[in-house]
Amino acid sequence: MSSIRTLSPPFVLPRARLDDLFERLRARGYRVIGPRVRDGVIVLDTVKSSADLPVGYTDEHAPGRYRLRRRNDDAVFGFVVGPDSFKRTFLVPVQRLFRARRDGDRVRFSPEPVDTSKVALVGARGCDLAAIETQDEILAEGAHADPFYVARREAAFIVAVSCSESRSSCFCTSFGTGPRPTRGFDLSLTELLDGPHRFLVEIGSAEALEIATELGLSTASEQDQGAAAGIALRTSRGMERQLDTQGLREMLLSRLEHPHWQDVGSRCLACTNCTAVCPTCFCVDIVDKSSLDGESHERTRQHDSCFSADYSAVHGHPVRNDVAARYRQWLTHKLATWIDQFGRSGCVGCGRCITWCPAAIDLTREVARLRDDVSLETDP
Amino acid sequence: MPTPKPKPKPKLAVIKLASCDGCQLSLLDCEDELLAVAGALDIAYFPEASSRLLKGPYDVTLVEGSVTTAADRERLAALRRESRLLITIGACATSGGIQALRNFQSYPELARSVYAHPEYLDSLATSSGVAEHIPVDYELRGCPVDKSQLLEVLIAALHGRAPRLPRHSVCLECKRRGVVCVTVAHGTPCLGPVTQTGCGALCPRFSRGCFGCFGPSDTPRVQALAPVLASVGATDTDVARLYGTFNVGAPAFGDEHRVRLPVVE
Repeated sequence: MSSIRTLSPPFVLPRARLDDLFERLRARGYRVIGPRVRDGVIVLDTVKSSADLPVGYTDEHAPGRYRLRRRNDDAVFGFVVGPDSFKRTFLVPVQRLFRARRDGDRVRFSPEPVDTSKVALVGARGCDLAAIETQDEILAEGAHADPFYVARREAAFIVAVSCSESRSSCFCTSFGTGPRPTRGFDLSLTELLDGPHRFLVEIGSAEALEIATELGLSTASEQDQGAAAGIALRTSRGMERQLDTQGLREMLLSRLEHPHWQDVGSRCLACTNCTAVCPTCFCVDIVDKSSLDGESHERTRQHDSCFSADYSAVHGHPVRNDVAARYRQWLTHKLATWIDQFGRSGCVGCGRCITWCPAAIDLTREVARLRDDVSLETDP
Repeated sequence: MPTPKPKPKPKLAVIKLASCDGCQLSLLDCEDELLAVAGALDIAYFPEASSRLLKGPYDVTLVEGSVTTAADRERLAALRRESRLLITIGACATSGGIQALRNFQSYPELARSVYAHPEYLDSLATSSGVAEHIPVDYELRGCPVDKSQLLEVLIAALHGRAPRLPRHSVCLECKRRGVVCVTVAHGTPCLGPVTQTGCGALCPRFSRGCFGCFGPSDTPRVQALAPVLASVGATDTDVARLYGTFNVGAPAFGDEHRVRLPVVE
């Protein structure tokens, strides 16, 4: 599950042999989930071979805007993250918890079996790995481990990908989570497009080393290793968006009554998209459903959001009717009180909440405006 | 020992006011569950389905359609008295339906433009939802209502609990289902952010923008959505039309419809 970065020197995998890796994963019983194009977006879904991947595609990101474009090369991973994250794989959007049936004077409970089917996640980026690590701490470790999450997580094999380009929503360098995966993967790929199309393969687990051995991969040259390092450096340097994390928790918690919350509240749709695409947001709602005859019953849980009114309903009425209060709750939890609760920030810098907010609300900009009082008056 | 007399089944009535019948048909459309519904409830008054019409009182009354005549209003008052639970079904019954577009125009002029002899008409100047006239226990949104929500409300009524009718946006349902955002990814105007869930994100699932048939969500930020709709090319007229449909009678949608209507000189 978790892993350290190098169990061996890196290998090199020719592009033409990428399908051999897929074949090896399938031979080991893994269903492969990875990026693929659907409805004009790169989503995460089952992929059978490299032909299913978004080969030759790239993505344009801006606050509230996403477009798929063709590249002028055949890069396999020449894009960043779409709206989906691997949260969908581990903390599934709708999960049945148990079923119950009346049996005379008694009620019989049937617990829902956990899903232990093996899944290989292909294309997890540095920010994705950090998000998985963040959710692991909440849902897999500690006193309140969730059996459904743990089962899926333990059955996962992670093939990470180093980002060779960033997009305008990206700010992983602000949290040190990317662009190059450093931990939390079984196997990590860096796509090398100079010269023969190939991947630098880094090994993070014993199983990944077995696979590399089965594939008979040759050891990467120093040039290939240097090229991969150069790509990571270039991607880091090209990242324009920044979130100043210096004293961020204290800054936010000292501005709880700041007028800027009302400003962002006036633009916020309270539509829940930011929380739904966030790879670390983990809130769920519990739903009970009974049959018409009242003899059977089932309980499910489903992704929920602090932006809906009923999320904060206590004794039947929401306590956060004001949208500004909901945005403040989300942002201060994500960036400040998450640290009090879990010892780290809840943000990994993936930028999904920026791209997928229909109202183009940009948390890095909101934080900057809260931090810098002076700009509040002059900023349009 | 004598066998105890079986408990009588709760009596169900389905009433129609000004509407197209589509919502009541959703009940008949519960094909797999229809026999179970008929087994659990005594369908006492449902002219669309049966010519056997029993008098009230009823345990559960489903009301479809909007209030458009004085007669409707009187009928509702009587219906409320003889119904233990009164549940409105569909956009017409909750907000006045598409026919509430008349609320935004001069009623006498409208009547003259449609009917050769408007003097024979005996209707109200406005079309309104049932809850504006009598207290309503629960409201089912949609044009038409969602079958599973209809079953949920009947199941809840049978077991004496509150139905689960979430009020959040359609967006959350899209994201749970992995449906691509048509506004962000395709530049399609969509009312999903301000519309109540319940439809299963039906339109966005087919890459169509939501047209708001479930009416305003718990927090309908129509003013915050205005610049979003404009940014994907929707003109004021487009926006007026978007809001000017089945839930134009709901204040949040109706106000925005009115504001965006082109001014006629």
